[in-house]
Amino acid sequence: MTDLEDLYREIILDHYRSPRNSGELETPPAHRAEGFNPLCGDEIVVYLLVADDGTIADIKIGGQGCSISQSSASMMSAAVKGKTVAQVRDLMKSFKGLMSIAADGAELAEPSPSEIRELGDLAALRGVVKFPTRIKCATLSWNTLDQALAELDA
Amino acid sequence: MTKAPDFAALKKDFPILHTERNGRPLVFLDSAASSQRPTQVLDAMDWMYNHAYANVHRGVYGLAEAATNAYESARLKVARFIGSPDSSEVIFTKNATEALNLVARSWGGANLGDGDAIVLTTMEHHANIVPWQMMAAERGFEIRWIPLGENGQLDLTDLDVLLDGAKMLSVTSMSNVLGTITPLDRLISAAHAAGAKVCIDACQSVPHMRTRVDEMGADFVAFSGHKMLGPTGIGVLWGRHELLEEMPPFLGGGGMISNVTTEGFMPDAVPSKFEAGTPPIVEAVGLGAAIDYLEAIGMDHIRQHEIELTSYALRTLSERLGQAITIHGLSEPAQRGGVMSITLDGVHAHDVSQVLDGYAVAVRPGHHCAKPLMRELGVNATARASFYLYNDTSDVDVLADALIEAHRFFAT
Repeated sequence: MTDLEDLYREIILDHYRSPRNSGELETPPAHRAEGFNPLCGDEIVVYLLVADDGTIADIKIGGQGCSISQSSASMMSAAVKGKTVAQVRDLMKSFKGLMSIAADGAELAEPSPSEIRELGDLAALRGVVKFPTRIKCATLSWNTLDQALAELDA
Repeated sequence: MTKAPDFAALKKDFPILHTERNGRPLVFLDSAASSQRPTQVLDAMDWMYNHAYANVHRGVYGLAEAATNAYESARLKVARFIGSPDSSEVIFTKNATEALNLVARSWGGANLGDGDAIVLTTMEHHANIVPWQMMAAERGFEIRWIPLGENGQLDLTDLDVLLDGAKMLSVTSMSNVLGTITPLDRLISAAHAAGAKVCIDACQSVPHMRTRVDEMGADFVAFSGHKMLGPTGIGVLWGRHELLEEMPPFLGGGGMISNVTTEGFMPDAVPSKFEAGTPPIVEAVGLGAAIDYLEAIGMDHIRQHEIELTSYALRTLSERLGQAITIHGLSEPAQRGGVMSITLDGVHAHDVSQVLDGYAVAVRPGHHCAKPLMRELGVNATARASFYLYNDTSDVDVLADALIEAHRFFAT
C-alpha cells in the first residue's frame, strides 16, 4: 500500500462522501463550539446534546474542510454518540495517542490493542501520522468537541 | 528592450530545482509564497560572511567600513531598481509585513485617531489588514473596504464615496490569491484627490514586473526580499522623504538615535531612524545580488515570460480538466500575474495539494492569508500555483497530469 493509499483508506473516503450526523441542533438545549484550522481555513462546528444521565444524546457536525478533517469529524460523531462524557474523554485520549499527541505533561503512549479496538473506524486515520501537516486536520473536530465539553463544565 | 534571455538555461542557477521529491524531479510552483534563489545570491552572501563581515555603522576599522559600504551599496541598488531618486527613502526591514506594520504604527500612530477613516480592499493579504485593525482597536478610527467585483477585479463603483474624508488608502498592487493587477493609477489619483495618502503592498508585483516609485505616485511601497530571489529576513519599505521625516520612530534601540540621555533620546535621520538594532546586513547584500540577477535578465523579459506561461497554463488546464476545474480570477493573462488559484470539483484544496506532492509538485493549499477575499469568492480554500522566471511549460504539463490524477482519485 502506498503512503497515499494508506492516508486515504476507503473507509475515510466513505465518511468524506457520506458524512454521518451532519447538520445542526437547537441551542440551547444543545451546546455549540466552533473550531478553525488557521493554516488552511477549515472550520468545524460541533453541536452537542448531553442527556441528564450524562450520556451523549445527540451530536451534529457542521462546517467545511478537507477529506481528512471531514471524515475524522464524521467518525468521531458516530463513535461518541450514546457514550458517557467520561468515556468520550478516554476515547479522545486514545485518538490523540494514535495521532502521536500526548496530553500536557504526559508521556507519549502508543494506544494499546484494546484502545485501537475501541477506536473502531477511527483507527483508519493512523496513516495520517506519516503526514505531519495533516494531523491538525484529523484532530480539529476532537479539539472542537473538547471545547464543547469544557462548556458543559462551565 | 534588450534581447530576451534563454529562460530554460536559467534553471541551472537554482540547485534546489534539480533535486527530487518522492523520487520525481521537483516542480516548484509556490514562488508567490517564497521564491527559490540562485547560486549567485548564495555566493554573494557566503563571500560577505567569509571576507567582508563586521557590524555596520559602528566600527572605524577597515573591515567595518567594507561591511558598511556593502550594506549601503545594497540600499543604492534597491533605490535604483525601484526608481527612487533618493536612497535614504529605502528602509530595510525584516520583511514586507514589518514594513506595513511600520507604516500602520508610525504613520498611523501620528495621523489616525477617533473619527478618522482609512480604506483597504477585501483583496488584501492579512499583512495589510491586521496591522491596521490593531491600530484601529487602539485609536478608534474606521476601516472602509473596497469590495471585490466581477471576475476578480476590484469594484470601484463607490471609490470616491469610500475615499471621502479618508486619510489613507492601503492597497495591494497584485493579489496573492488571484494574481489580479490592481488599477493603481486610478486608485492613487482618486486617493490623492480626496486628500488621502497611499500605501502599496507590492510584494507580489516587485519580483515580477518593472516598478517605478517615481512614476507610480504612491507615498509608501512595501515588499519582501525572499519573493524576489533574495534571502529571508529582509524586506523593504520605500516612503516619501518628507513623510518619513515627520514620522516618529518605529522600534527603539541602537542605530536609530542621534543622542540619548537619562531624560530621553533624539532619533537619527532617515533611514537610520527606522533601522533599530543590528540590521539584516548579509541579507541586504543577498538582496542586492538578487537585484543584479533580475536586472541582468530584465524585468520586462521576466514579465513577458510569465504572461506567456500563464497563458499556456490557463489554456492547458482548461483543455485538459474541462468542467472539473475552476481557475479563479481574470482570464486575460496580461491583466494578471503568474498566480493561479484553483478549485477542483469535489476535491478539497488540501487533498489536491497532498496528491500533487506525491508527484513532487509544490503548490500551496488554503486561504493564502486572505480570508476576507476567500469569503467574497465563496470558497474556504483553494490550491494556488504560482510561476517565476525558472518555471516553464513542462512544469504546467506535470501540474495538469497531477491534477487529473487528484480528480480521478477523489471523484470516482
